[in-house]
Amino acid sequence: MGSYVVLLYQDESRSDHMSPEEQADLLAQHGAFQAKHGSAVKIGDALQRAASARTIQVGDGSMAVTDGPFVETKEALGGFYMIEAADLDEAITIAKDVPAPHGGVEVRPVMVFS
Amino acid sequence: MAAAVADAHRREWGFVLAATVRVTRNIDLAEECVQDAYAQALRVWDARGIPAKPAAWLTTTARRRALDLLRRDTTLTRLMPLIVEDDVVDEPSFEDEIPDDRLRLICTCCHPALAPEARVALTLRLVCGLTTAEVAHSFLVSESTMAARLTRAKKKIAAAGIPYRVPSAAELPARIDAVLAVVHLVFTTGHTAPVGPSLRRGDLVERALDLGRILRALLPSDADVAGLLALILLTDARRATRVDEVGRLILLADQDRAVWDRAEIAEGVALVHEALRRRPPGRFALQAAIAAVHAESPTWEATDWDEVVALYDVLGQVWPSPVVALNRAVAVGFARGPAAGLAELDALADEPQIATYGYVAAARADFLRRLGRIADAREAYGEALVLTDNDVERRFLLERLATLET
Amino acid sequence: MARFLVLIYDDEQKWIDGAEGTEAAMQAHGKFSTDRADSIVAGEALEPTGTATSLRRDESGAVNVTDGPFVETKEALGGFYLIEAADLDAATELATEIPAPFGALEVRPVMVFS
Repeated sequence: MGSYVVLLYQDESRSDHMSPEEQADLLAQHGAFQAKHGSAVKIGDALQRAASARTIQVGDGSMAVTDGPFVETKEALGGFYMIEAADLDEAITIAKDVPAPHGGVEVRPVMVFS
Repeated sequence: MAAAVADAHRREWGFVLAATVRVTRNIDLAEECVQDAYAQALRVWDARGIPAKPAAWLTTTARRRALDLLRRDTTLTRLMPLIVEDDVVDEPSFEDEIPDDRLRLICTCCHPALAPEARVALTLRLVCGLTTAEVAHSFLVSESTMAARLTRAKKKIAAAGIPYRVPSAAELPARIDAVLAVVHLVFTTGHTAPVGPSLRRGDLVERALDLGRILRALLPSDADVAGLLALILLTDARRATRVDEVGRLILLADQDRAVWDRAEIAEGVALVHEALRRRPPGRFALQAAIAAVHAESPTWEATDWDEVVALYDVLGQVWPSPVVALNRAVAVGFARGPAAGLAELDALADEPQIATYGYVAAARADFLRRLGRIADAREAYGEALVLTDNDVERRFLLERLATLET
Repeated sequence: MARFLVLIYDDEQKWIDGAEGTEAAMQAHGKFSTDRADSIVAGEALEPTGTATSLRRDESGAVNVTDGPFVETKEALGGFYLIEAADLDAATELATEIPAPFGALEVRPVMVFS
């Protein structure tokens, strides 16, 4: 058994323009995903838009806190699920069911410390 | 004796490695143990003769070495990232029958979560047993680049948990497609080297043929496997006639058919018949069927071009691609004359994918030459020359261009 | 209390090479995890981006599986903490205790669905 993080990336210029119906529909899709893979999904959260972030950079004895995300990308991190799967094939099968209409997902193994 | 070991290396490397990975559950350690087993074979076989079952001997030797290492150094198991299996073998049996795990190895090497170039490299290294230097040479990259590519891919297999397993029946067709794409790429790279002094890279063609035969043995009822093996055999059967004694390109029309490899043609034709039984026929089966039309035609003049065009029509439906459309246009040019062929080619002129594909310009040039439009033909040959980096092809085009000027 | 995701972006090669500062950072992570256990919902280190697999749906709806991270950035997501804090300022304050010697931290509010 391994743990994987499924990172959801989305083009915010598209996700920002969802109608209330579309938003409700997407939320329902996530609900359906969680219901289907409930035993594999450990935690999961949606994030507020990238612009709501704060960045902390620590230098030599100094620290700078700035508004905004650390990296500006066309597709921004918009949420994540942590899942458990026997192997990458199973993780991919689960990740394929994650709704990501405005981008896609990345499956990344969680590091195991012995 | 060295020859016997080299032969076993060529034939059995993948089998021995696949079986050893089941014990080590780590690819690097398995490679080391298999390497070691081949080194031992050189000494032991010399003294005691070649064993009746070389693969079983090598596997047993490699597995013993692995168990030794693992027992001696228990930290090894803790430090090594282990491969995921669905049915872990704790203690391998040393009975005669060693299960063939090559399909696991091949499916792991060609996993869709690996980069395409990594799939090819891993397959050549782990299934065919090429050294890192040889794989690097095949793909014209430095040895250190290839070593890094292989290391990164093996790290991903272990850390991301790419399983060492034969995919389920539901997944298998898609996974075999990915495997066949790798074998096909090895073959096409060897059949017409993208760059370099020679047209063909025999080492790669032979590895593709080896892989095709392994897959055929593992999946005897798979029509796509039969189709690809047929395609490789039927295309490669012409190898001796593709260039002349000084390395000049000889067109299909001018090749000496008496020199074609009849055994490979017979084997390929039988496989085509089998592969075409599946409906709808697969891409490789259709390409092989086209190659079979040429292989079975006694002369260039006797070629059944209508059959070739009809096969391209079906291929265009199951595997639509601009390159198929181009080849179809060329076939139309022979079935119905250069004017008809040129019209088909012109219809493709806007395809962005093949606009910079040298064969389009070369095909146009040939049609124009046959139509007597010399100035236009000259221009098209010039264009084709700009677009190829293969020395043999360049020389052919230059010669064609020269005949126009006289 | 609200939830925040603290994203750790850093030069992963530095970790792979075990550059100067990795040992101290590991210890600081341990200390943070212990000291702030009450505020931490989850926290994981991720395997390097070389182990990532990305999934994107094409126009036909088929999922394309590719090797590598979804977005290529100089500093890559290397781990995260999901924390609870009263507000963004408190979350930022908490996050300053997290080491990020080869990059920066991003604090992002988690979306709340009513």
